[in-house]
Amino acid sequence: MSYYFVIISPTDTPLFELTFGTSKAGGDGVARFRNGETARYMNQFIVHAALDVVEEVQWLSPNMWLKVIDNYAPTNSHISCFITGTNVRFMLLHQPSAITNASAGSRSSTISSTSVPQNPTSPQTEEAIRQFMTEVFELWVKTLMNPFYTIGKPIKSPVFRQRVVGAGRKWL
Amino acid sequence: MAGAPPGHTIPSYAASHAGSPSRHMSQYPSTTVTTTTTSSSALVSGTPAPTSTLSSTLRYPSTRKTIYDRNLNRSRNAELSRSSFAYLFMEMVSYAHRRVKGIQDFEKRLNEQGYPLGLKLLDLLLYRAGPGASSTSLTSSSSTSSSGGGAAHRPLRLLPLLTLLTTKLYPLLFSRPADSLEQSTTNPAEYMIIDNTPLTNQYISVPKEMNQLSVAAYIAGIIEGVCDGAGFECKASAHNTGTDVWPNRTVFLIRFEDHVLEREKELERQGVK
Repeated sequence: MSYYFVIISPTDTPLFELTFGTSKAGGDGVARFRNGETARYMNQFIVHAALDVVEEVQWLSPNMWLKVIDNYAPTNSHISCFITGTNVRFMLLHQPSAITNASAGSRSSTISSTSVPQNPTSPQTEEAIRQFMTEVFELWVKTLMNPFYTIGKPIKSPVFRQRVVGAGRKWL
Repeated sequence: MAGAPPGHTIPSYAASHAGSPSRHMSQYPSTTVTTTTTSSSALVSGTPAPTSTLSSTLRYPSTRKTIYDRNLNRSRNAELSRSSFAYLFMEMVSYAHRRVKGIQDFEKRLNEQGYPLGLKLLDLLLYRAGPGASSTSLTSSSSTSSSGGGAAHRPLRLLPLLTLLTTKLYPLLFSRPADSLEQSTTNPAEYMIIDNTPLTNQYISVPKEMNQLSVAAYIAGIIEGVCDGAGFECKASAHNTGTDVWPNRTVFLIRFEDHVLEREKELERQGVK
């Protein structure tokens, strides 16, 4: 599974971006999107399109964790969302590895279909993403508590990035 | 900052940094930063870094603890010195006083200083309100020690938001709930939070010619920040309504925008709590 994670401010400005691959089941943590080079802007495009769905569902449920809210069939991408109290959106695009990928294909036969790297909609995957989001939320609150961080500005702290990468490695 | 003197650039820089307008603080001699542990930890986590390369260019404080190593519940029940707050706030007021033309301007300035605080406090409040966050693990060893923090509920309707203000925000700021919460009888968009002894007014003497001024506009700014952050756009203002018993009694008037009330009606119709 390949992941694209982005934090979006209430005014739809990206504050933090991260692309990574799965580290579960022998994954090497490198993202391999199906749409190749175009993934870099297509992922941004798909995630921003999903913001409309977020606005539809955010007033119906008081939960911060909104689960999978959208998908993009051409690349088999799923988008999960976590929304904080200040309407900052944590969006995670997750895309299972392509079967044609030789290295991943040889491994996938040994993995059950419910494991995190393969099945984007299984309860296990959902739980793993929820744990990931919760951990990022804690890091986000810590960033907010930094008196030198101004609301609405990109997060540039390398420690924050390191911690998010660590959370991704741990849960996804 | 990018224009640091060449003599200060560390020669063993990674190649990716050499050409980029890197704004690392480590371009400066290490002797320039002599701070205490707490403030330097804040400095490091605020250091801008253009790339994810975690090379040795990042400066850690001597304890190697950044703001990300601190547990968010650690200072949950800790209290700050009232006199230091009074001193700091007095400076804020006199700073603003020197720069404003009228009372409205004065209150606007104080309001603007409180506003970002409210925006930031909202997420902290929700984090601490979540289940699992109440675990009193004081070890800041792993960031997963409080995993349930994200499960708190966001306020969707007016009443949960207002109770959040009076029963969660107020205890966080002043260690006590607000004295009362009322709805205006004339305007359904107006709510009032009443504080008999606002901390901000306690040590500030307002001159006679400015008796309209309420320095609690700072608290109103915090309230406005929380409401705005939660998606309830409003204007909050502080008004002196001193009585014989409570000379500093202050009413915080919160006037929500029309579209907030429209949404409130729609959510009520749909049965959203």
